[in-house]
Amino acid sequence: MPLSDRVLARLREAVDQPDLTDTRYAMRRLLGRGGMGTVFAVFDAVLEREVALKVLTAGDAAGRLLSEARVVAQLEHPGIVPVYDSGVLADGRAFYTMKLVEGVHLDAFIHDTPSLSDRLRVFQTLCDAVAFAHSRGVVHRDLKPGNVMVGPFGEVLVMDWGVGVAGTPVYRAPEQSEPGGDVGPAADVHALGVILRALLPSPSRPLQALIDHATAADPAARYADARELHREVARYLDTGSVEAYRESAFERVARFYRANQPLLVLFLVYIVVRFALFLWSRP
Amino acid sequence: MNKILIGAVAGVVLGVLDGATAWFTPEVRAVIGGVLIGSAFKGLLVGLAAGVYARRVHSLGKGIAFGAVVGLVLAFAVAAMPQPNGDHYYLQIMLPGFLAGGMIGFFTQRYGTA
Repeated sequence: MPLSDRVLARLREAVDQPDLTDTRYAMRRLLGRGGMGTVFAVFDAVLEREVALKVLTAGDAAGRLLSEARVVAQLEHPGIVPVYDSGVLADGRAFYTMKLVEGVHLDAFIHDTPSLSDRLRVFQTLCDAVAFAHSRGVVHRDLKPGNVMVGPFGEVLVMDWGVGVAGTPVYRAPEQSEPGGDVGPAADVHALGVILRALLPSPSRPLQALIDHATAADPAARYADARELHREVARYLDTGSVEAYRESAFERVARFYRANQPLLVLFLVYIVVRFALFLWSRP
Repeated sequence: MNKILIGAVAGVVLGVLDGATAWFTPEVRAVIGGVLIGSAFKGLLVGLAAGVYARRVHSLGKGIAFGAVVGLVLAFAVAAMPQPNGDHYYLQIMLPGFLAGGMIGFFTQRYGTA
């Protein structure tokens, strides 16, 4: 008798369940399943707190997982999910524990947040975290909305560092698809550019130019790293312009007007008032 | 440059420009020097006040309103003083002072570091 989908799902769940015997952790609930592993909320009996535990499903990635956990453990930044512990379970699967993040994935955040400046500020925070990692010689390689959490106070946390070598198709830089391709910070810049495109359904010309620059096919033609991208976004939020886009004189005047509209109105009214007073005081 | 300094500079410059427009009132041309100095000083006071306000309150609308009100109050104090011919120029001094104060408030909110 063929098994129903519900039974299959239950069986899959049971197989996925990590064997936590001889560990300090107690199972709480399943949080999510990805290509490389499954994440559970577990209770740390020693520190008496809930943490997230990731167990790899692919056995041959165990060594890679543990070495990456070591690398990420060195990255102390408010935007990078901290790794607490790592090891091998009784069932032979590699695992690591990390901060249990309350919040929504970036794609859900995009859906719920209409404000351009809020989206750009979240993106800026994301760039800051990635830039920090780049400064420590660490490249994520699989940046995508599913690996970015936005917390209830607007905090942004990046997860799954270095686990995905090939990246995810939509966000993958061209050089990641080439055998032996040189994958550096520019690959993360490419992914960030694609993420920005997803965040902005109708970007202005300057922002479109920024996206195009970040997602250029040639890595040398992109921003060198996330720090440069962060700087461009900050410049846009401050002035409405970016280096990647050459404004026409008209656009420059229009931008000046938009940025200083109250001042220009006050000045115009002042001129009119002065002129009217002059006419009024004439004999 | 901090906001108080921005306010001071903007206040003095706009105060001098505002005072210079008194030249179009023939009755006060004789004392234009005093008008310029007084107007610059008035602008300086408005700018300092707006700059201090801008350090605590980050709102363009509120900053403009604050500058405009302070400008209006100080302009009233100046207008209440009789001119050499004995006349008072309330409208000619207070209305432009109000608008100039608003402009100073804008500069302190938009520019300078808190």
